[in-house]
Amino acid sequence: MQADLLLENAVTRIEGPLLFARREARVGLNAAVEVLAGNGPPRLGRVAALDETSMVIEVLESTAGLALRGTRIRLHPEPLLFGVGPHLLGRVFDSVGRPLDGGPPVAARSRRRIEGLAINPAWRALPRDFIETGIATIDVMNSLVRGQKLPLFSAGGLPHDRLAAEIAQRARLRGTQGEESFAVVFAGIGVPHDTAEQFRLAMESSGALGHTAMFLNLADEPGMQRLLAPRYALTAAEYLAFEEGRHVLVILTDMTNYCEALREVSASHGEIPGRKGYPGYMYSDLASLYERAGCIRGRPGTLTQLPILTMPGDDIGHPIPDLTGYITEGQIVLDRELDRRGIYPPVRVLPSLSRLMDAGIGEGFTDPDHPALAHQLFAAYARALRVRVLASVMGEQGLPESDRRFLAFGERFERQFVHQANARTLEESLETGWAALQGLPHSELTRLSNAQIGRHLGAEGHA
Amino acid sequence: MSEARITWVGGPVLKACATGPFSIFEALAVGERRLLGEVIQLRGDELVAQVYEDTTGLEPGVTVVGLERPLSVTLGPNLLGGIFDGLLRPLSRATDFQIQPGATERSFARHRLEFAVRNGDVLSAGAVFARTVAPRPQSLLVPPWASGRVAALVEPGEHRDDETLLVLVDDTGRRHELTMQHDWPVRRSRPVRERLGVNAPMITGQRILDTLFPVARGGRAALPGGFGTGKTVLQEALAKWCDADVIVYVGCGERGNEMAEVLDEFPQLEDPRTGRPLAERTVIIANTSNMPVAAREASIYTAITVAEYFRDQGLNVALMADSTSRWAEALREVSGRLGELPGEAGYPAYLSSRLAEFYERAARVTSLAGAEGSVTIIGAISPPSGDFSEPVTLHTKRYVRCFWALDRQRAQARFYPAIHPLQSYGSDVQELADWWKRSGNPDWLVQRQRVLELLEAQAHLERMARIVGRDALPAQQQVRLLCADLVNEGFLRQSSFSKVDRFCSPARQVAMLSVLLHFADRADAAVAAGVPPARLAAMPMLRQLQRLGEEFSEDDLLRLRQLPRQIDYEFDQLQTVASHAG
Ligand SMILES: Nc1ncnc2c1ncn2[C@@H]1O[C@H](COP(=O)(O)OP(=O)(O)OP(=O)(O)O)[C@@H](O)[C@H]1O
Ligand SMILES: [Mg+2]
Repeated sequence: MQADLLLENAVTRIEGPLLFARREARVGLNAAVEVLAGNGPPRLGRVAALDETSMVIEVLESTAGLALRGTRIRLHPEPLLFGVGPHLLGRVFDSVGRPLDGGPPVAARSRRRIEGLAINPAWRALPRDFIETGIATIDVMNSLVRGQKLPLFSAGGLPHDRLAAEIAQRARLRGTQGEESFAVVFAGIGVPHDTAEQFRLAMESSGALGHTAMFLNLADEPGMQRLLAPRYALTAAEYLAFEEGRHVLVILTDMTNYCEALREVSASHGEIPGRKGYPGYMYSDLASLYERAGCIRGRPGTLTQLPILTMPGDDIGHPIPDLTGYITEGQIVLDRELDRRGIYPPVRVLPSLSRLMDAGIGEGFTDPDHPALAHQLFAAYARALRVRVLASVMGEQGLPESDRRFLAFGERFERQFVHQANARTLEESLETGWAALQGLPHSELTRLSNAQIGRHLGAEGHA
Repeated sequence: MSEARITWVGGPVLKACATGPFSIFEALAVGERRLLGEVIQLRGDELVAQVYEDTTGLEPGVTVVGLERPLSVTLGPNLLGGIFDGLLRPLSRATDFQIQPGATERSFARHRLEFAVRNGDVLSAGAVFARTVAPRPQSLLVPPWASGRVAALVEPGEHRDDETLLVLVDDTGRRHELTMQHDWPVRRSRPVRERLGVNAPMITGQRILDTLFPVARGGRAALPGGFGTGKTVLQEALAKWCDADVIVYVGCGERGNEMAEVLDEFPQLEDPRTGRPLAERTVIIANTSNMPVAAREASIYTAITVAEYFRDQGLNVALMADSTSRWAEALREVSGRLGELPGEAGYPAYLSSRLAEFYERAARVTSLAGAEGSVTIIGAISPPSGDFSEPVTLHTKRYVRCFWALDRQRAQARFYPAIHPLQSYGSDVQELADWWKRSGNPDWLVQRQRVLELLEAQAHLERMARIVGRDALPAQQQVRLLCADLVNEGFLRQSSFSKVDRFCSPARQVAMLSVLLHFADRADAAVAAGVPPARLAAMPMLRQLQRLGEEFSEDDLLRLRQLPRQIDYEFDQLQTVASHAG
């Protein structure tokens, strides 16, 4: 491999984050570069296109203050790498893996491409280990399993940060409290300082800070770096999971900021914009992050992702949640109306989904009747919401008796099952679910067998 | 071989200055790692190519070598049971768990075979010249371009897949050395003798499909739906239980875990028709969403070429493509990099013709050698925000015969499969009625029509009920609603995760439908005779009817066929009571 090369006075043009330069030395596509100006810190970038005489460099930090003269370019022979090794945990880094906590740099055991490499699907092991989060709407109805990527679809002002911190504090396999090595990797993407700090405090108070690594790109830091923070974080997470054998939970927040940055960069390249101005390749780009979750055959560790995004305009059809939903293995949707009514966590269960749930629950995993209960709750609540619309049109009195019972179920379900002041064990959550179904006419519980009704609901009573 | 030197590179596209002749769509090997690429434009000495692998590290000056053939795949007996990337290179566990770009060492397989021909026989193009024995018999074909008299043969028995097995000498005296495998350019459809019409449905084992919106053997179906509405689960269910001989499953820009699931599950499941593991009839082609995007565009063609190859062996093949939208997006991305003029939603103007070409490769045919086979395509579509008025859905709709529209509301209520019965259609119903007649259900067409009318009426009556209240509807109409609910719950709902109900044979479908329609007949009559609808809604047997799929397995057909008698009994009771009261 060639050594690093320094080009002086090669820059011919600067446009937004792009720097055009003469190609005065050999360099390959995607090679890492450092842009040096005056005695400021080096700015990271990468080679985005090359021809025989020139090259385009995408500067991954602000280009403010760069001049054509006096800007030097250091070329690396390789793409952007992150040196990872033991002692990543307990540390706080900036978005490109430089320590922010005053500690020493991490002694690198291996240097890895921040883009990662695609996992060979033949090597993937199926995620099926149920994680108890303590949250009934997740544990019973949208179960999370190790190696899954399950985003929170939220909106401004909703308590997604609190929920994510709670999940990070609690998420354990059942019955293995403290026996396994776990880790939390937090990537703050354009988040306010207090969001990052609250998360740190939450981890500290639960004594898990020593198992946590944080990568921070704060709201007031350059937009370009929003593209890097999750990549550095995931590179660290992959090392922790697949080399050190830990069960790693990665929290990526806020993916909406990430996508905004992507749009900005795409525009600066003069690319043809797709839906709402986001680039046509946003699906593939997001997939290059989300697909880094998983389990590998024969390796003890797992990488679970909990990305958080705020839906612009509370619109689930917006390209950011839409493309995310097409890639991730389900989504947990938070709802403003439930939040306004004081229900915590305000999980809107109908549009929420966990696609890996079927593999991780039921006989031999959780409770044999767990899947049927989940389906019945979904079906009954869907009916309850339909009836609620009817009731708002013609009043509760105009409804047939069975509809009125569903209406009551809807209330009960939201107040007693969705809402919870404290963490629940899975058994408690299941119990609460069965209790909510009490009072519905058994003839309408078509997702339960007679045996299941007999076991959990007893003889038909009236609510 | 011609050579060229890279002059420009950005993303998956490069330009190079050629020193010899290149042709359009010629395959290329790029750089030391021999990355696979394809010529997409030629202008004077300059060629523009797309590269199917990660281009990191490429730079101007790097050599590009022309391979003197279009992008091709190797077809042969190594495919069944395997998983391959978009260019049909095996994704084995022999290498690291992360995919490294570049050409990999090819490994050779051995197969035991028996010849179907003798020295001196004259073979036409596409003829079967030998069969492999284990684990599953497969035919070895004379490539479509070769024919002639057998001039030499090796001994039967075990051979390596690249060995010459047989030599043909054609009329012009040209020698063709045949191995177990031959190459075929993916973008060209394999020739056939004749295209045939519709004769039979492909039985999917899904009630809503087989009974309401059947797809013919050699047919084409589209499966559009927003995220999480059930495209993949349905495609996997079809891949498991449909009555095709071979399944080609292409994961085009979708999740790695879904590929792993197929790989994990299929060897453990048994094909109910052959008793062999399902994996043995399946070829998986995986270009997951994080694999290079140019190969995603190619993967669809790779898959259909593999499907045609099995068709040419006289087999019925089903191709599941999940998702064609990702393929269209890959087309859009590459087109954008070439600076082509964008059309609707940024897709290139040729999107529609590419879709047409792809779906046109589905057919029931007589092969060159006279065997009858078929390729049926089931293409998933992932429309942005689940809106079916976008270009990929609209154009696809013009070329398919079946449209299975997935509905978000049904999916959210966990009513699966979430196919909306009023937005979906199948266009070969009349032709397929004959098949049902031959298979013992002459009433299929009538029954199907009744179900659709009931569902149509339901939509209408529910709108009315929303205004006046359900109880205020006339008794006849209340009963129609009750029966429509019953058809939905008891017939259309079918969970792919239920051991009992994940597959439903045509015989069980007919029996279930007869039971439910019998109930509807008796219910209509009862109401006409003055029985109040509320009495019907309270009938104890309703629960069993609503759970019909779950409660009566394939082994319970006899019991199921007795149900109309029980229905009669309960209605007779009701009406006696009613007439006594009245
Ligand atoms: N036929 C079915 N039977 C039982 N469950 C189903 C069925 N179809 C869908 N589901 C449930 O819905 C979930 C989502 O389905 P699926 O993954 O097939 O959606 P999709 O349409 O492929 O979404 P995407 O476009 O994001 O890939 C599944 O994980 C499963 O829980
Ligand atoms: Mg899918």
